[in-house]
Amino acid sequence: MTVKSKHVRIKGIKDGLVFLLDDKCPFEDLLNELRYKLEHSHQNILTGPIVHVDIKLGSRSVTEEDKAAVLDILKGQGNLLIRSIDAVVEAAETDPDALFIISGIVRSGQVLHHDGNLLYLGDVNPGGTVTCTGDIYVLGALRGIAHAGVDGNQEAIIAASLLTPTQLRIADVISRPPDEWGTRESSMEFAYLSSGAMQIDKIHNIFKIRQGLNVFKGV
Amino acid sequence: MGEAIVVTSGKGGVGKTTTTANIGTALALQGKKVCLVDTDIGLRNLDVVMGLENRIIYDLVDVAEGRCRLNQALVKDKRFDELYMLPAAQTKDKTAVSPEQVKDIILELKKEYEYVLIDCPAGIEHGFRNAIAGADKAIVVTTPEHAAVRDADRIIGLLEQSSVESPKLVVNRIRPGLVKSGDMLDIEDILQVLNIDLIGIVPDDELVIKAANNGEPTVMNPDSAAAIAYRNIARRILGDAVPLMQLDRKPGAFKKFKKFFGMG
Repeated sequence: MTVKSKHVRIKGIKDGLVFLLDDKCPFEDLLNELRYKLEHSHQNILTGPIVHVDIKLGSRSVTEEDKAAVLDILKGQGNLLIRSIDAVVEAAETDPDALFIISGIVRSGQVLHHDGNLLYLGDVNPGGTVTCTGDIYVLGALRGIAHAGVDGNQEAIIAASLLTPTQLRIADVISRPPDEWGTRESSMEFAYLSSGAMQIDKIHNIFKIRQGLNVFKGV
Repeated sequence: MGEAIVVTSGKGGVGKTTTTANIGTALALQGKKVCLVDTDIGLRNLDVVMGLENRIIYDLVDVAEGRCRLNQALVKDKRFDELYMLPAAQTKDKTAVSPEQVKDIILELKKEYEYVLIDCPAGIEHGFRNAIAGADKAIVVTTPEHAAVRDADRIIGLLEQSSVESPKLVVNRIRPGLVKSGDMLDIEDILQVLNIDLIGIVPDDELVIKAANNGEPTVMNPDSAAAIAYRNIARRILGDAVPLMQLDRKPGAFKKFKKFFGMG
C-alpha cells in the first residue's frame, strides 16, 4: 500500500520533530496514514536515539479518545518521546455568514481588510481598496477597488449602492469597467463570478445565485 | 494664542503657495496679525510670490539650528505692518529640520500672531510631516482635475490620522465655461468624493499669474475675481457667513450690446 495524500507532515525542529496533522481530512484517514508513515516510509528518521515530538492537530476538534488514538500509534515507536499534543481551539465558533458592519470613508491610498463578510457604510474613493475573505456590501459609492474572496472563495460577491469601481476582484479574477461590462443603468448592483468570469447584475437578481437568501416568508 | 493653519494639497502646482500668500494677505487686510511660514525647504517660493525675496537674511533652518533668534528670521511685509513671513532655506532639503523643531517654531509664532499660515510642500513625505506638525487646522487646495482630487483625497486621509482638525477645502482655478460644457469636474462632483467642508472656490484668473510675477498678491487688486474669492475665504476663516461666489456671471453690458447686433 502506498499513501499518496499528505495528511501527515513531519518537520524537524532544533530539538526534535513536529508532526503536523491535517485538520480537514477524515480522522480515520489521518490515523491510517500516520500508522503507515511510522511503520513503513520514515524508518530512517524514526529509529535510533530518543527524539522529542510535538503533535499539532490544527483546528480539528478532537476528543480525548482521538488524542489517545494518535498517542497509541506513536508509542509503537520506542524512541519517540511525546512532549505535547495540541489543537488550536477556535476562540468562539464564528458564524461564517456573520456580517461585520463598519462605517467611514476609505480614501485614496487606504486599505480596509476584513476576514469574513463586510457591510461597509460609506464611500470607497478612487485609489482606496477594500479586501475581504467573504462578501463585500457597500452602502455608498464604490469608486475604488474591491476584492472579495481574497483567499480564493469564488462564491463571494461584491454589491454596492453605486457600483462604479476602478477595478473589481473576486478570488483571482480581476475585472475593470466599462469595456468588459457594457453600459449599465445606475441602480444598486452586485458583481459575482459565473464560470470564472465577472458578471454584473441588478441587486434584485441576487437570489438567483444565493438561494440561501430566499427564506420562508409565509403563505 | 493664535491658530496655525496648514495649506496643503498633495499634488504640486495646484496653488498652495498662491493660496497661502493671498489668504494671509487678505487676513492682514482685515487687520489681523499674520505670519506666513514656508516649509518648502529647498524649493521655496512663497517669498517670490510675496515679493520679499530680497529681504531674507535668515531662514527656518537657521532658526531650527539656533543660528539666529526667531524674530531675526521673520521678514516684515512691505505693504502691511502686521504681516510677516518666515522663509524656508533654499540651500538645504526637507530633512534639514524635524517635525518637532517645526512644531516648536509654530508654537512660538502662535503666541505672537493671530494666524500662522503654513505653506506645505507637495508630496506626503518628510516635508509634509514637517508642515502639519504644528498645525491646528488645515486647508486642502485642489483643482477640478481627477489627479488633483485623487491626491487631495490621499492628503485628507493622512490629515484625519494626524492631530489636525477636520480639513477645509478650497477648489482653485475653476473655469466656469469648461464646467458648464462638462469638460471640467464641477464642485458637486469634487465634494461628493472628498466629503469635507468647502471653504471657498477660486476662479481661474490671469491676473493671479501677473500678480505673482510682480510679487504682489492678487488680493490687493479688487478688480480680480480671484481676489474677491480669496477675500471671501479669509472672511469665512474669521467666522463670517459669506455665500459662495457665483461663477457664471451675467454677460456685461457691452457683450449684450454685441449680441444684440449678432456679433456675440
